[in-house]
Amino acid sequence: MNAHSENHDSHGLSTKLTLSVWVWLLVLTGIEVFLAYIQLSLTLMLVLLMGLSLVKAALIMAYFMHLRFEKRTLVLTLIPALLVVASTLSVFFPDSVRLLHMKPW
Amino acid sequence: MANVHAESLRMPEWEGGVLPYSVGHKKLGMWLFIVSDALTFSALLFGYSYLRVSTPNWPTPFHLWPSIAFSTLMTFCLLSSSLTMVLGVNAAQRNDRAGTIKWILLTIAGGVTFMGLHLKEWSNLFQEGITLVSNPWGVPQFGATFFGITGLHMFHVFTGVLYLAGMAIGVSRGRYGAEHVEVCGLYWHFVDLVWMFVFPLIYLLSVKMH
Repeated sequence: MNAHSENHDSHGLSTKLTLSVWVWLLVLTGIEVFLAYIQLSLTLMLVLLMGLSLVKAALIMAYFMHLRFEKRTLVLTLIPALLVVASTLSVFFPDSVRLLHMKPW
Repeated sequence: MANVHAESLRMPEWEGGVLPYSVGHKKLGMWLFIVSDALTFSALLFGYSYLRVSTPNWPTPFHLWPSIAFSTLMTFCLLSSSLTMVLGVNAAQRNDRAGTIKWILLTIAGGVTFMGLHLKEWSNLFQEGITLVSNPWGVPQFGATFFGITGLHMFHVFTGVLYLAGMAIGVSRGRYGAEHVEVCGLYWHFVDLVWMFVFPLIYLLSVKMH
């Protein structure tokens, strides 16, 4: 196990790359807070914030969680399944709009 | 990496003798846990969105100062603790035991600061009458989702701190090697990753409009 993991885990992220990913994450967070400051419409805000958050999540997974340097098979096994199942939860949204307009109580 | 490619050239990946994902079982196990835990948080965040869409008078109580400034500082703590975690994993891979422990302790400090700030924020909200079951606006769903989601996240930070502390002790005794630290790091980054969705959805979309 140890011999095996030493073979392919020995290439840690360079400190420079790590720091630049960290700075990017802080900058994107700063942009998000700025968007809250200038107060956009809720829909536009939601779209922009989710877009930025997906970029941040991708940065964290790719570099901090090392996924960019893993075998493609691992990424293809984990990430599409996660996205598909999470997206499936959207099936409930029509009902929440229905609830808003046709409250049963 | 070169070594992995050499192995996969020699033998078809799914016919045994080679780990198909080229990662150890601990790391694969942690990734599978992370995927399932990510779905737990997805379900909670979708549930929050469902309730929010279906409630016309959903409160947006957070002022930029101090609430958003406070939660931005919490975000900074978590992001920085992820940075120190990466540096800890790098140190572990260099067999730098003292460096690994130093960076893990700094990561713990980031997590503990996050929890301290979060609990301070909670106690302020309690004083304003915003609790799990009631609030001044008569929309109890607000507290239920806010404290439910941030509470489950804080519980993850708490268990992450325990995990890191155990890791620091194990590394100092020579029981845990680089792979253990890396797997622990995956969990810690995941806790950070979840916050990247909680922060905009729960806080930034609840800024008081003026």
